[in-house]
Amino acid sequence: MDDLLREYLPILVFLGIATGLGLVLILAALIVAPNDADPEKLSAYECGFNAFDDARMKFDVRFYLVSILFIIFDLEIAFLFPWAVAFGDLSDVAFWSMMAFLAVLTAGFAYEWKKGAMDWE
Amino acid sequence: MSAQIFAFYLFAVSCVAGGLFTVIARNPVHSVLWLILSFLSAAGLFVLLGAEFVAMLLIIVYVGAVAVLFLFVVMMLDVDFAELKAEMARYLPLALLIGVVILMQLAMAFGVWETAEGVTLADRPDAIAGGGDHNTDALGRILYDKYFLLFQLSGLILLVAMVGAIVLTLRHRDYVKRQDVLAQMYRDPAEAMELKDIKPGQGL
Repeated sequence: MDDLLREYLPILVFLGIATGLGLVLILAALIVAPNDADPEKLSAYECGFNAFDDARMKFDVRFYLVSILFIIFDLEIAFLFPWAVAFGDLSDVAFWSMMAFLAVLTAGFAYEWKKGAMDWE
Repeated sequence: MSAQIFAFYLFAVSCVAGGLFTVIARNPVHSVLWLILSFLSAAGLFVLLGAEFVAMLLIIVYVGAVAVLFLFVVMMLDVDFAELKAEMARYLPLALLIGVVILMQLAMAFGVWETAEGVTLADRPDAIAGGGDHNTDALGRILYDKYFLLFQLSGLILLVAMVGAIVLTLRHRDYVKRQDVLAQMYRDPAEAMELKDIKPGQGL
């Protein structure tokens, strides 16, 4: 069991270094950098006029649609990984079960394409 | 062994801290970033358990996709979050009550936890399913035929999610001029244009 974790040890070390470096940079900026804030310096900059309002505004819902469709195909890929890794030992049922799964999602993909969900007008 | 224990406490603390700061962070975008820290630490905990595949899935799906979705929601909602945060103090007692109830339920479930006769609890996921060099392999061996029905159901759920997302959010605007590539390519000069010979002094 320790073999598995030993393989991950470099990642843990890397994680430690990354966190340490991040902290050092932030702290160095806090300690070393001159800090003389004034409201004009901190305000949002827009060329030529004062900022109208908050940067937060309504996004088009289609961004959301694209990202949901992305998640769905992401999950499809996630299901494909164990199937591909164990491919040599799979039974026929397992093989065709994945084919059926892909067929269902391909039907969804065809629907999506036909509806024009991926077109950006 | 001590590195393992150290890693466990590191990930456990950062997971809980990430969850806490998700709730109390002032800026909703920072909340999402804390949530990502929480997901990553949970992935680390899964690796410590030996469930590599689930850990990587957590990173790919939750950090890579769900967190992006949360960011979209946070940015899309035109809500004054500062005002919402101010109301947090009002609902704090209720939230604490719900938290205590859930904690008690967990404690009760843990207290009366029993395994059935003849069932042995595996220490690590790769002991399940027999064979398989690592747990992605072990999962692949059982997921697709032993749990055939559940697997197909998950496919149908994904299909419903896809269709539902399209039905709910897709609006075609008629006033937007779009390029129809096929129509352009199949446009035939012979049909598009007709030459008429018009005699002088006569109309069409």
